[in-house]
Amino acid sequence: MEIFAQQLVNGLVLGSIYALVALGYTMVYGILGLINFAHGDITMIGALVSITVVQLLAAAGMPAAVTLVLAGGVAMVVCVILGVSIERVAYRPLRRAPRLAPLITAIGISILLQYSAALIWGKQYIAMPELIEPTRISIAGAQLTDLQAAIFLLACLIMAGLLWFIKTSRMGRAMRATEQNPDVAGLMGVNTNTVIAFTFVLGSAIGAIAGLMVVLYYGLGHYFMGFMLGLKAFTAAVLGGIGNVAGAVLGGLLLGVIESLASGYIGDLTGGVLGSNYRDIFAFLVLVLVLVLKPSGLMGQHSGDRA
Amino acid sequence: MNFSATFGTLSSNPHWRRMAWIVIALILLAAPFLIEATLGRSWVRITDVALLFIMLALGLNIVVGFAGLLDLGYIAFFAVGAYSYALLASPQLGIHWPFLLLLPLGAAVAALFGILLGAPTLRLRGDYLAIVTLGFGEIIRVFLNNLNRPVNITNGPQGITLIDPLQMGGFSLSQSHSFAGLTFSPVHSYYFVFLVCAVLSIIISLRLENSRVGRAWMAIRDDELAASAMGINTRNVKLLAFAMGATFGGLAGALFASFQGFISPESFHLIDSIMVLCMVVLGGMGNVAGVVLGAVLLTALPEALRYIGPLQQSWFGEILVEPSDARMLLFGLALVLMMLLRPSGILPPRRRRMAPPSLVTNRATG
Amino acid sequence: MQPADALLSATSISKHFGGLAALSDVSITIRRGEIFGLIGPNGAGKTTLFNVLTGIYAADGGELIFDGKRIDGFKPHHVAQRGIARTFQNIRLFSSMTALENVMVGRHVRTRTGVLGAVLRTRRALAEERAIVQRAHELLDYCGLSARAYDLARDLPYGDQRRLEIARALATEPKLLALDEPAAGMNATETEALKTLLERIRADGITLLLIEHDMKLVMGLSHSVVVLDYGEKIAEGEPAAVQRDAKVIEAYLGGSLT
Repeated sequence: MEIFAQQLVNGLVLGSIYALVALGYTMVYGILGLINFAHGDITMIGALVSITVVQLLAAAGMPAAVTLVLAGGVAMVVCVILGVSIERVAYRPLRRAPRLAPLITAIGISILLQYSAALIWGKQYIAMPELIEPTRISIAGAQLTDLQAAIFLLACLIMAGLLWFIKTSRMGRAMRATEQNPDVAGLMGVNTNTVIAFTFVLGSAIGAIAGLMVVLYYGLGHYFMGFMLGLKAFTAAVLGGIGNVAGAVLGGLLLGVIESLASGYIGDLTGGVLGSNYRDIFAFLVLVLVLVLKPSGLMGQHSGDRA
Repeated sequence: MNFSATFGTLSSNPHWRRMAWIVIALILLAAPFLIEATLGRSWVRITDVALLFIMLALGLNIVVGFAGLLDLGYIAFFAVGAYSYALLASPQLGIHWPFLLLLPLGAAVAALFGILLGAPTLRLRGDYLAIVTLGFGEIIRVFLNNLNRPVNITNGPQGITLIDPLQMGGFSLSQSHSFAGLTFSPVHSYYFVFLVCAVLSIIISLRLENSRVGRAWMAIRDDELAASAMGINTRNVKLLAFAMGATFGGLAGALFASFQGFISPESFHLIDSIMVLCMVVLGGMGNVAGVVLGAVLLTALPEALRYIGPLQQSWFGEILVEPSDARMLLFGLALVLMMLLRPSGILPPRRRRMAPPSLVTNRATG
Repeated sequence: MQPADALLSATSISKHFGGLAALSDVSITIRRGEIFGLIGPNGAGKTTLFNVLTGIYAADGGELIFDGKRIDGFKPHHVAQRGIARTFQNIRLFSSMTALENVMVGRHVRTRTGVLGAVLRTRRALAEERAIVQRAHELLDYCGLSARAYDLARDLPYGDQRRLEIARALATEPKLLALDEPAAGMNATETEALKTLLERIRADGITLLLIEHDMKLVMGLSHSVVVLDYGEKIAEGEPAAVQRDAKVIEAYLGGSLT
């Protein structure tokens, strides 16, 4: 039972991070019908930028709290600028192009981001300086640090904030309208270009925070980390129902838990044949199963044949 | 000078056509020696690899270009073909079957995987199909990487070594041979094997393109519902596309294993699937000549970029950008620019081969 | 009991989408060799019925008999193989292929060459291919499109695109040709030409099922007419009788039908 509780807790913390990244995917897909392949890599940039800021500020002797806030802030600014520029330069011209073009462009951007990061930060793993001595907490027999708990709580706060924002604010309404029917929304006076740009602002900013959380959680950053993270976050978005913001939250948490439980128990389940080194494919298996069996995901919004 | 008009008149003249084919054939036969003389032996090896990529790109062209099915995990079939060959022709399992059996077997196993991986995707379209195929590709790579416990089948990340080259009796392509005063080192010998396979692949692709099956694929690509309403069994025809594409990939994979003598899961990464996809898209999706061109360019250009390493050394005194990184940066940039500026590819999407020759020179391309 | 010369009998067809009943208890009988009109206001369920008849939707209830055999739940390609071909309300041509190639695709269901034949260029494969090309040319000529054979489908003018869809459907050798608003967007001259073509098709032995909003055309051509409104059949019979039916006039909101 203890293993279960432990894996559950691990899964929820990790899942909350997946959920944050998934929000970026789901919002962009909802509004543009585009899988923003580059989103995972924007998160990566946010992660590496925050490491650099922390390294600089910690060396200058700044207090931990200020360092973290500044790191997050700078990362957000960088990612937002990146995200909006990419949308403006690479995606907007292709809005009416056949399916393949924006997809390949997104892949191209993803590669550009990865190797630019390799150029700037090198290809080795980069360590996040330890700012605070983590205190261990125990919940229902599971161990976690206060840092992990903080990550979880902050992530939930952000998700709740986003949901509230989309539901109540004027921009949120504009976003929902554009998602339903961009042409009619435009006729009703919504500036769709602004709305789309804003969607990228939100997604990138949240992605930046997620990036910071990832390096806090693992203590490491790497130029290629966006790939797996992006794929898993996308899986989470699909699992919850692509285009559905609440679905992304649910999908992220669920995926984190599934992944944790599966890699925890897989040794026992398969009698030692498969080990936890198969961890990464659980996300893929979930992805394939969802897309084949129930493409609209758990909370459904768009069906699986956006062609 | 009106190039297309001249080309049109030339190509409709049977004498000129035959001359052109003879010249091309002679160049192709002499190529490995010419290349070695001018650029060095390493470039002959690169040519061999380019020929393999031509096969791969043509295979993917059937799936993506003809049938419009966006496959992002295509390299998996290359891997399956390579591992099928390697497992049955190396010390790994202690089996050493002859290549005449293994090459078709590699292709057949890959075709089977093509059907297995294609079957769940039949109702998906566009992006979703792409993601699922990507997922399949990754799943296969993870399995290849981890099937070394509890029973060591694939030898995990270390891969399989000492793979048998193409050989019959005592005659092996991994040794040098002399003939007519020329030295045929392995890269030369394999060149001719790969050339034959590549040429066959081109011929098969062209024949399929202008056939009942090819038209069925293109109908599905253009409008699946209408194709179905016109009597095309879209499920079977799509599976056929996956199987045919996988066959090309599997054969190329088996040849690769015998050529290289060593394979590991690292040779079959997602980026390789994307690379092959780009050969198809950048060359001109569905256009056989374009795809061949794309394969050659995307194999040769990155290799040419290796020279920027020493170039930077001489200009700046140090290497600022690793050639392999520069290659990837340029690749990413090329993708973005291509899609923004010329999404249909270098060569026009489809030549209208049905049109009578006199019309060829009058119509604008594209 | 169905009349002996019934080509298609649809009995009590119903189709729901979520809570919406697109079709309720619709029954029609199309006799061999006739031109059958299906009319009704927008949203009445005409195209839905088409989609059920041609296998694109599976009916939620009811029975479909074509040429003496059940075709309930058949997939579209199977329906085509049995002998029903159709055109689409929103023109669905193969846009990247030429007019000739579009019609050649129509021959797919009546031909057999597979991968092996294509790759090996067997004598049979080559002969079949020649036959396909020739038949496609004949059909293009039949529909007045010979001059356009080598043009890309997407480059054709609108009226030619509609006729190309018909030529393509004819290539499948249908017993029943179902046309969804073939005259939509056509001017008077084009409509007249279409009428001539349709009458010629019927004279050559093919039964026609027609959805149309052009009342002059559909009433002038059809032998029998069925009127749908809100997914239900509200009238059927000969055009003249249907035109005078009070329910029908009301369904079209008080306008006269000529």
